[in-house]
Amino acid sequence: MPTSQTWLLRPLQERSTQIFLGVLFAAVALVTLLHLIMPEGHALHVSAYTVTLLGKYLCYALLAVAVDLVWGYLGILSLGHGAFFAIGGYAMGMYLMRQIGDRGVYGDPVLPDFMVFLNWDSLPWYWQGFDMAWFAFIMVLLAPGLLALVFGFLAFRSRVTGVYLSIITQALTFALMLAFFRNEMGFGGNNGLTDFRDILGFNLRTDATRLGLFIATGIALAIGYVICRGIVTSKLGRVSVACRDAEARTRFLGYRVERVQLFVFVVSAMLAGVAGALYVPQVGIINPSEFSPLFSIEIVVWVALGGRATLYGAVIGAILVNYAKTVFTGVMPDAWLFALGGLFVLVTVFLPKGIAGLLQKRQKPDEDSNADPSKPKPQEATA
Amino acid sequence: MGIFRWLTPLCLKALHLNPLGLVLLMALSLPAYSQTEADPGQALLTNLADASSREMDAAIEAIVDSGDPRARDWLNAFGNNRLSRIEETGQVVEVLRNVGRNWTIADPLTGENLGEMSRRELDRVNINNAIRGKLEGVLAMLDLYSDNPEVQEAAAEAMMGKVNASVVKPLTKLLERDLPGPIRNRIEESVAIYQLEQGDAEAQAQAITVLTGSLHSNARAALNNAVAGDDPALAASAKEALVSIEQKLKMNRAAETLYFGLSLGSVLVLAAIGLAITFGVMGVINMAHGELIMLGAYTTWGMQQLLPGQPGLALILSIPAGFLVAALAGIAIERSVIQHLKGRPLETLLATFGVSLILQQLVRTVISPLNRSVTTPEWMSGSLVINDALSLTLNRMYVIGFALVVFAGLMLIMRKTRLGLEVRAVTQNRAMARSMGIRATRVDILTFGLGSGVAGLAGVALSQITNVGPNLGQNYIIDSFMVVVFGGVGNLWGTLLAGLSLGTINQILEPWAGSVLAKIMVLVLIILFIQKRPKGLFPQKGRAAEG
Repeated sequence: MPTSQTWLLRPLQERSTQIFLGVLFAAVALVTLLHLIMPEGHALHVSAYTVTLLGKYLCYALLAVAVDLVWGYLGILSLGHGAFFAIGGYAMGMYLMRQIGDRGVYGDPVLPDFMVFLNWDSLPWYWQGFDMAWFAFIMVLLAPGLLALVFGFLAFRSRVTGVYLSIITQALTFALMLAFFRNEMGFGGNNGLTDFRDILGFNLRTDATRLGLFIATGIALAIGYVICRGIVTSKLGRVSVACRDAEARTRFLGYRVERVQLFVFVVSAMLAGVAGALYVPQVGIINPSEFSPLFSIEIVVWVALGGRATLYGAVIGAILVNYAKTVFTGVMPDAWLFALGGLFVLVTVFLPKGIAGLLQKRQKPDEDSNADPSKPKPQEATA
Repeated sequence: MGIFRWLTPLCLKALHLNPLGLVLLMALSLPAYSQTEADPGQALLTNLADASSREMDAAIEAIVDSGDPRARDWLNAFGNNRLSRIEETGQVVEVLRNVGRNWTIADPLTGENLGEMSRRELDRVNINNAIRGKLEGVLAMLDLYSDNPEVQEAAAEAMMGKVNASVVKPLTKLLERDLPGPIRNRIEESVAIYQLEQGDAEAQAQAITVLTGSLHSNARAALNNAVAGDDPALAASAKEALVSIEQKLKMNRAAETLYFGLSLGSVLVLAAIGLAITFGVMGVINMAHGELIMLGAYTTWGMQQLLPGQPGLALILSIPAGFLVAALAGIAIERSVIQHLKGRPLETLLATFGVSLILQQLVRTVISPLNRSVTTPEWMSGSLVINDALSLTLNRMYVIGFALVVFAGLMLIMRKTRLGLEVRAVTQNRAMARSMGIRATRVDILTFGLGSGVAGLAGVALSQITNVGPNLGQNYIIDSFMVVVFGGVGNLWGTLLAGLSLGTINQILEPWAGSVLAKIMVLVLIILFIQKRPKGLFPQKGRAAEG
């Protein structure tokens, strides 16, 4: 393999990445065209509502890719990625809140409505700067990244891995959920941030802005995918797979396992943050329920259904499960949790490689051992 | 007389509930009097009815001094305008029902129902408000003379802060008698409160000495008043007394926090110890553990539905029932899901999480999404009063005891039985254990059943202190994992210590930081703790630690 190329461009020459990007762009373009060209009422017309819904799915898909990066290629089952997603979302939400300006219910030019309601007289320090888009967009990356850095540093340094790490990440998101529910935190408490008006000067309630956000999400997913693909095909990616399969052995070979883990974990958290940031303007609200452990673990099942350690599987899983969720909760809301629970069991027991595994079985066996995380670890087998 | 002594308290109790019941009881209890030649009560009542408003005090005092056990009822009837005279005969009667033209009357001496009489023929024994006010204090005094310690105690409690000039003397007289400790203290305190406000300097000094020993809120209120009062010397000594009381209150509050901490901790131990077995010993993450707890709690509820009116029996029966239900559910989970995922802990986690979602939704659809309330049997409700500032609720005490018993039982099973030996063998080296003839699969099933059953027991206990709802388990699962991780996987002692200390830490932080922040701080604390000791308080050593 030629090594002169930068790691980010290499995936573009891979067949699988080309197919993925092709399908993604074709789908985004098709939806855009159908929305713009077809007259309203036509059977093929895609309504603005559907566009936003699809945009939401794409955000989830990006989130799933982020989870797949750490779970599929690093062997870290994070049950707290919803936290990074939500923090990115809150960063965006804070920007959108500041954009409301004096159009809020109380008409305060600086303070968001909920702060006026709580009788606060000035902005807390951590709200400063969020009136500027560039600052907010940097925070979208920085805030989740920083949390992941601190948390990951503490966890990986003391070699907390496996189920321990999963439980701790779950505790992390649970603690954050409790914290964000508090009004004193200054993030709107129970209600979260909502009632947004515009983003970068565009009115959020117009169809054009919604379409723009959808396309932006599509592009973000494509970039995120390429970044992840770039990482996993680089040397770093190989070491990270080695950490996944035989952590101790990798360490004995002289690699600094915790650094690899920390790097990949932080990148994944940032991607999740971006997904959250794109999610918030499309759904129009961010509240602490995004921190709930259930949401985080749901993300994992999207990845499991799609197929772990494939990246594109994560996208398929996220879209499929969320489409099913939309249908179920509309038709028979009570049955959704049964279906989701059943999905957890069926996928893990009967479909360990997910849908991607089924697709691969049709083709000739893949030589890429990356795609088989479900194989028992050799290290364990001989212990 | 013996039976009479026994019945009087009943009379007094019934008085508060139902005047008819009282009459009935009086009828039962009074033959001893009605047979004597001339009932002294007759004269007392006539005296009362004849008395002018000036003589009334004396007449009431005469009734009280007679020590007649019916005195309370007479005075009560008098206070309620129910004492009348028949104009014709001059007999004093009690009016039972004063509705309509004809009133039902009874003989206050015997309680005998005298039938109806036109109200025109009755002449009410009048009472004015001043007398009625005094009567209240007098009635309370009468209760203090009661033979029933409960009535006595309640009356003494009611005296606190309500002592006025008219009752001080009889109260002081009462103190000369031999009284049970708490009642004596209470009366002394109430007199002291009065003296602090009205007495002379000497009495005030003495009152402060008495009140210093009291934790009652009224005592503190009186002392605070004294501090704010005009007398600087008194204010200074009252302040001193308050400081010393505050000190004692702090101690009591600390004891209370410790108690709440231990009770929360024992709940955590109960919830986590089953997990410690399945997670620690078998290496299996069972995210449905919380739902097994929930099943145990619902079993208690179901038992109580089956045995209405017998919450105590139902609770005792639900201990084995809850264990069985949860154990069977756990074994079903093990057989249907977990055994297919051996050696893949992360997948096990996901699959069991799915099971937990299904179980929750099942309860929501089959029973109800709303919380169900489980009755606490009488012997478990109420509280153990240590002093005025500290009382320990009994249900939590039972839970603490129950947790310790369950822990001891599990310890015995793991250490002293064949099953425990096999479990430990399989844990340490599965292949070796199998080659020694241990049926590992059977051990797996039994271990999982045991761990799940203990979760059921936790549910039974939890049903007594929280609401039973579909989310019951969810609320405890993360905490339970924290306890196991904190205590060290596969170590029951570690679980016990971790559970109790986490519960106590939580309770200590709570008043200081609020319940939500306390929880967050505990979580952060654990994350930091794992930095220092990644394998918990009591890490497994040797080969068992690998893998």
